[in-house]
Amino acid sequence: MATVSLKGITKSFGKTEVIHGIDLDIADGELIVIVGPSGCGKSTLLRMVAGLETVTGGEVQIGGTRVNELEPMDRDIAMVFQNYALYPHMSVFDNMAYGLKIAGTPKAEIAERVGEAATLLQLEPYLKRRPRELSGGQRQRVAMGRAIVRKPSVFLFDEPLSNLDAKLRVQMRLEIKQLQRRLGVTSLYVTHDQVEAMTLADRMIVMNAGRADQIGAPLEVYTNPQTEFVASFIGSPPMNFLPAKMAGDAPRGAATLGIRPEHVKIAQSGVQGTVLYTEALGAETLVHIDLPDATRVTVRQDAAAPPPREGETVSLEWDAGDRIFFDAQGSRC
Amino acid sequence: MAGVDSGMVEKRGLGRWMTHLGLIIGLLFIFFPIWLAFVASTVTQPEIVKPPMPLLPGGHFFENYRRALVSGVNAPVAWMMLNSLIMALGIALGKIVISLLSAFAIVYFKFPGRRLFFWLIFMTLMLPVEVRIVPTYEVVANFGMLNSYSGLIFPLIASATATFLFRQFFMTVPDELAEAARVDGARPMRFFWDILLPMSRTNIAALFVILFIYGWNQYLWPLLITTDPSMNTIVMGIKQMFPSGDDTADWPVIMATSILAMIPPVIVVISMQKLFIRGLVDSEK
Repeated sequence: MATVSLKGITKSFGKTEVIHGIDLDIADGELIVIVGPSGCGKSTLLRMVAGLETVTGGEVQIGGTRVNELEPMDRDIAMVFQNYALYPHMSVFDNMAYGLKIAGTPKAEIAERVGEAATLLQLEPYLKRRPRELSGGQRQRVAMGRAIVRKPSVFLFDEPLSNLDAKLRVQMRLEIKQLQRRLGVTSLYVTHDQVEAMTLADRMIVMNAGRADQIGAPLEVYTNPQTEFVASFIGSPPMNFLPAKMAGDAPRGAATLGIRPEHVKIAQSGVQGTVLYTEALGAETLVHIDLPDATRVTVRQDAAAPPPREGETVSLEWDAGDRIFFDAQGSRC
Repeated sequence: MAGVDSGMVEKRGLGRWMTHLGLIIGLLFIFFPIWLAFVASTVTQPEIVKPPMPLLPGGHFFENYRRALVSGVNAPVAWMMLNSLIMALGIALGKIVISLLSAFAIVYFKFPGRRLFFWLIFMTLMLPVEVRIVPTYEVVANFGMLNSYSGLIFPLIASATATFLFRQFFMTVPDELAEAARVDGARPMRFFWDILLPMSRTNIAALFVILFIYGWNQYLWPLLITTDPSMNTIVMGIKQMFPSGDDTADWPVIMATSILAMIPPVIVVISMQKLFIRGLVDSEK
């Protein structure tokens, strides 16, 4: 168990700086999700914590000690890789035991710890199999088992679910969350999937082009995004953005008005627009509407509400309190 | 498999017989000289020189082969076979060890001149033994390695081909595997030994077959550096058995030696056939 601190972390490949200074304090036992589009530097950040990439500037601390110069094995971390990185020629048991074997752990203890992890992950029937004889979800569990048996102070997950199909992903997401709760190990989890971030995180950090745009609890980030990027990245369907001048009472300097699809209602009066098409998703219906100035607005309404016909002209309204204003640079104002 | 089945259905009838006939004729064509050599190794010298040559084995099989193995012409063939075996094994294993290590260095370590080293190794592909044989001979002679196993083995041990093959294989191994091993605490040589080596075993087997035969069939180099008959290898030894001048050649013994020389490569190929084919066809991942 340990805290992790990142202090002014930067990373350059050659002359190109890809991470521009990230500060983060992770409490003991906390699960932090790093989320962002591909190429934003989230994996690089994780790999710097793991020790697989060198840190160009700043300091990484694990348990209060500077670890910049330590090899991965000396940082007391365990990592789960996107493609699982299981050793193909070893049995499941040997895969999980390999780290302990290198550390010189006595055989009896290895067997006990691997056994424990296998029970926890329901892998007991498969201990003698090779990775290629397992399904994707089982391989994923073996990769987690390999991390668990080492009893590290920090877990690092690098998009561990992106190779699984949608259904399995939801199931494994839950399992990871429960496992992390049960073991209480500080964890850093990288994903590009905002739903995964929302459901897993104690706190999440939303990265955009090498910067941390916002760090906070999922709901806080969702309801109170600090930048236009965060507002558009978190939430599906994404937030609607309208010209700020549509609101008479926009604050000075505001360029964009943001409003979540669930906060927009089709009403008797208000902004007029043409229904482009509707998507009935079962529990809810998404209505896509074009405003006269070609801005597209999505309305999320309950499936019970009668959906408008395509091509129909409707009026939209929302509560003034649900609006969020951004300036020309995309920052909150 | 479906493709193969339908192929056979199409070939049913005359075409199929013709295919078999063609194959059998080809086989006989290749096999006939070997058969003649075998027949010659089972008869007596006068029977060979008297035309027409016999086409069926005679009754002197054990006598001729015993004579070849125990006394030979210049040196006992059993001894020459042992020399060949040591040389072929030394070359095959040495080449595999060296090229595994150099490929490991080139693929997994960043050091100045890494590319340069790779291309230097690669360029030696263009210099077969025959081209560099004179300077190599000079070096070996200066080291006092004439008429020795080290002289037979070391100059032939560096292999660009094998290095290249292992490099290509290592490059297909996902980077995450090396990283996972690093997180697990494996130092580079441990990673090499525990993970890379077992993963390469089919490649190693395939290469071993090829290199063993390459080593076994070496002719020019042993001919050059072994003057002592007790260091002769069997492939060059056969040639040494031909008499100079007007002496008559002991054909039954020479032919018996030829047949004996073929046996070890055949054993290696047959016994490692499965691994060999797997190594050439698929990489285990």
